[in-house]
Amino acid sequence: MEALTSRSVQVSRKPMSLAERLFLPAILKGMGITFSHIFKKQPTIRYPEQRREFSPVFRGLHVLNRDEEGRERCTACGLCAVACPAEAITMEAAERLPGEEHLYREEKYAAKYEINMLRCIFCGLCEEACPKDAIYLSETFAPANYNRKGFIYGKDDMVIPNLKTDPEGFAKAKGSPRNN
Amino acid sequence: MSDTTLFKVTIDNISIDVPAGTTILNAARMIGGDVAPPAMCYYSKLEGSGGKCRTCLVEVSKGSEKDPRPMPKLVASCRTTVMDGMEVKNITSPKVVDARAGIVEFLLLNHPLDCPICDQAGECHLQDLSYEHGKEGTRYEFQRRTFKKHDLGKYIQLHMTRCILCYRCVFAADQLTGKREHGILDRGDHSEIATMIEKNLQSDFIGNVIDVCPVGALTDKTFRFKNRVWFLKPMNAHRDCPTCSGKVTLWNRGEEVFRVTARKDQWGEVEEWICNECRFEKKLSSDWTIEGPRLIDRHSVISQGHYAGTVGTNMPTETIEAVLHGRKPKLLMDIHEVSEVNRPKIELSKINGPAHSNNFNPDND
Repeated sequence: MEALTSRSVQVSRKPMSLAERLFLPAILKGMGITFSHIFKKQPTIRYPEQRREFSPVFRGLHVLNRDEEGRERCTACGLCAVACPAEAITMEAAERLPGEEHLYREEKYAAKYEINMLRCIFCGLCEEACPKDAIYLSETFAPANYNRKGFIYGKDDMVIPNLKTDPEGFAKAKGSPRNN
Repeated sequence: MSDTTLFKVTIDNISIDVPAGTTILNAARMIGGDVAPPAMCYYSKLEGSGGKCRTCLVEVSKGSEKDPRPMPKLVASCRTTVMDGMEVKNITSPKVVDARAGIVEFLLLNHPLDCPICDQAGECHLQDLSYEHGKEGTRYEFQRRTFKKHDLGKYIQLHMTRCILCYRCVFAADQLTGKREHGILDRGDHSEIATMIEKNLQSDFIGNVIDVCPVGALTDKTFRFKNRVWFLKPMNAHRDCPTCSGKVTLWNRGEEVFRVTARKDQWGEVEEWICNECRFEKKLSSDWTIEGPRLIDRHSVISQGHYAGTVGTNMPTETIEAVLHGRKPKLLMDIHEVSEVNRPKIELSKINGPAHSNNFNPDND
């Protein structure tokens, strides 16, 4: 039969020599290779404790931003939803009532805002479309989940914690601090 | 009109014969396309409109056959009638394009540029005009003009800061309704659309001021903040209305009627005026006989909804059930069980006026 490739080698059926039958030299050679790697630079990191730095253009989980006074920036203009190629974003708008000025920046706000992370492709077009600097893709992953319904992200999951009242949560939502 | 003399007019090197007394703007509209100058205040169905906004400026490079001198300044085409042998330059004249860009900037001087909030965004003539001329931003650094808020009743929302004082709504109220109750108060920089004493605008056809408004100064309160126009499906529909023709455009989402407007032609002008009852009260699909989807210019953001042809009017056929001999496919997740938006039982379109935080309380579900 014609060989399929020019690199095929016939299996040698010769009986093994004494050195080969002892196996020890081969074991020692293998151990040598293994031990030599202890002194080499590790290509891996210890993941949950150590984390790699993200690229500055990394597009991770969405956050809905607040302004300097801690008011939500989103006005439910719908530009992110119309820009979204995966049609993952939906929202419902409401009018700000008197007395809610400290919560929402403009007279109209997103009462409900939802991103279906099963559909989202993390392209970042929502971030580009946003005229109010309200939506950002942070430097965090979307955590894994056993259920599909865990991937429907509402406002509770996305609005960034208030920097003034909850600085720790704010830093966590923003993503890993970069070592500049 | 065989006895009227025809004047030959050339606009952007395209010649057309028009009856004497036609304005340059209307002659250009007869040619159509890009030749027609934009108009923010002129409205062919409203007598006396025009001459306010100056966006329709054109250059007359040859006055007429008898007097071929060019007109010394750019003229407002909605107010200037054609002469025999007149030569007009619209987009072929850099002077006109430049002047128009300047006028757009002036119109935007006191405009709040709150398009993300404004319900008119997506069908706003001022927005289109400013993007066409690359003037969507602003160079104005000072405090913008603000006004005391006037309540015009439960149907019409007035945002005076967005107004460009085109007077269209004043003419519409004058010519359509028995008694006009609003107008322009004060003068100069302080002029504003208002009622003299706090008064609701209530006459039968007053809703048409929403349609004639080229910006978002007068908007529909029953549609306020409910949805964006580009997520809605425009459908031609009619009903047997005793007061008006009943021919309207419905703006649907699914089966929900979010908004009713009059049908607008290619110049953004209303084809037939509709009454308040059709516009504000009939928000059920069962009130209307749907004729079919409305054709939307493909350059408009509204066409982003992809509701062309029969999309949205016919339900898609389910193939899986037919293949599985009537057995329904097992759904791994019903989105309505998880999702908080577009809940099937709650219809935002049925709330009077804009939704508030209390409409979204979980207790109300």
